[in-house]
Amino acid sequence: MPILELDHVVKSFGSLKVTDDVTFSVEPGEALGIIGPNGAGKSTLFNLITGNVRVDAGRVSFEGADVTRMQPMKRCHAGVGRTLQIPQPFEKLTVFENLVVAASMGSQKAESEVTDRCAEILVDTGLIERANALAGGLGLLQRKRLELARALATDPKLLLLDEIAGGLTEAECKSLIETIRAIHASGITIVWIEHVLHALNAVVQRLLVLNFGKVVDIGTPEDMMASNAVREIYLGIEV
Amino acid sequence: MDGQTTIWRVETKTRASTAFAIVAALVICAGLAAPMYLPRATLQDLFFILTMLALAQSWNLLAGYAGLVSVGQQAFVGLGAYVMFAGVVLLKLDPLVAILLGGIASALLAIPAGIFAFRLQGAYFAIGTWVIAEIVRLLVAQWKMLGGGTGTSLPASTTRHMQGVDLVHRMFGFRPAQAVDVVCYWLALLLAVAAIFMVYRLLRSRHGLALASVRDNQDAARAVGVDARRLKALVYLASALVTGLVGALIYVQKARISPDAAFSVTDWTAYVIFIVVIGGIGTIEGPIVGVLVFFALQKLLADFGSIYLMVLGLIGIVVMLFAPQGLWGLFASRTGIQLLPVRRLLRGGPIKN
Repeated sequence: MPILELDHVVKSFGSLKVTDDVTFSVEPGEALGIIGPNGAGKSTLFNLITGNVRVDAGRVSFEGADVTRMQPMKRCHAGVGRTLQIPQPFEKLTVFENLVVAASMGSQKAESEVTDRCAEILVDTGLIERANALAGGLGLLQRKRLELARALATDPKLLLLDEIAGGLTEAECKSLIETIRAIHASGITIVWIEHVLHALNAVVQRLLVLNFGKVVDIGTPEDMMASNAVREIYLGIEV
Repeated sequence: MDGQTTIWRVETKTRASTAFAIVAALVICAGLAAPMYLPRATLQDLFFILTMLALAQSWNLLAGYAGLVSVGQQAFVGLGAYVMFAGVVLLKLDPLVAILLGGIASALLAIPAGIFAFRLQGAYFAIGTWVIAEIVRLLVAQWKMLGGGTGTSLPASTTRHMQGVDLVHRMFGFRPAQAVDVVCYWLALLLAVAAIFMVYRLLRSRHGLALASVRDNQDAARAVGVDARRLKALVYLASALVTGLVGALIYVQKARISPDAAFSVTDWTAYVIFIVVIGGIGTIEGPIVGVLVFFALQKLLADFGSIYLMVLGLIGIVVMLFAPQGLWGLFASRTGIQLLPVRRLLRGGPIKN
């Protein structure tokens, strides 16, 4: 059974169809990359999966259950975690407290039960030294790492990553890839939107190409990179 | 990895907070015993300070922690007071029971008021709450059995027979009118301490952390599983309950009520906002500092009539410009002292600071 399934999903903003009859599924333990030019509807697709935006038509299923009308909060409790494209930390809380909120509210556990898990995540995401710093004072890489750590603290089965490698230096990007690989290896299913293709290809098994809200193609990274249609749309090369 | 071998723990206490807990316990004891050694006039001043403090704590919880800037708290003060009057005058209840009834009535009012006001955001929410308070005032002014627009008084005999008054009268030999003041003062102390304790417990719980996350970024809070709407609704309800209880208590002591006084936006919301903003919004210590400053100003400027309000306004503006975190906020950021700490610090491993 697929962990995530989108079935003929449609979403329009006014006369603009941002998601046009999208159908695909993700198997448990898989890592799927989503690419496409700016405005292709990638982030909207995530908003439809998390429930921040309601679908106009079609069906979204998580672990076989229809979640099309479920509130974002409930989907988080069910196991859908996400990072936002522009990191949105709770600025007046410390890095550790950011995780405690996510861990205790996402799982409905007492604070004392989540301390160790939060500390572990901070170690794994390389934030442990800044645990007691205010989140508002972090730099971009650390904000991105916090976004990731906070999503992990909700104990997700499916993790949606939205351009988490964007704006990072080569070295920062490399260490982030290692972190995401480790997360994937721990058994969490990943769907990752990214423009930094080499980062994506280092982790994912399949690539989905989106353009004007439509699924252009889906397949292995090698096939997708070689596909003429993809090269034309995504890389802007006339073939 | 490192995580398996390290023992992690969370620290919330500070040295100042431990010292403060002891001082606070002593102050509460001294406060409880105050009727034995303070004159009646001072006790009445303390009653005023404590009731304003309880109102300030509840408004601070609403605005400072939940981001719900209400200017309609007088609805809950007024309704709590009027329902207490109704309980005593019409139902012949003991004033103490009637105070509880007043608090419950205010909490009940918060349900429809909240359903309406929560549809509004920011400044519109503020105006909406004010409008609700005005509607309640106009409705209560139609209540002919409680004097309509001109109001009414509590018969002196009713408060004299309030629970505990007779006991105080016999044990300490106070005259009945004085015994009423003593009982009211103790109730005010109880409410103020309970309000502070309630806010502190809430902030120390994971729901307090969730509340802070909603204040910082509501969308992100929802994305990590925080039920923002429910939290805000609960805070609104709790603050209405406390405000209603305090309102009812204030009018047991005043023993004279009218719609204009009980639903006064100046007395029950503007002064309360002044106290919280001067002291430091979003801190528990702030309203305590604020109420002392407010009381001192009121005593100092009592003879200057309306100039008093202008001075309050000017001081409010100056503090907002030069110490937007309030007097306590300024002090805390300079010294790093927190008396009632809610910050969770992770200890263990390679953590700095």
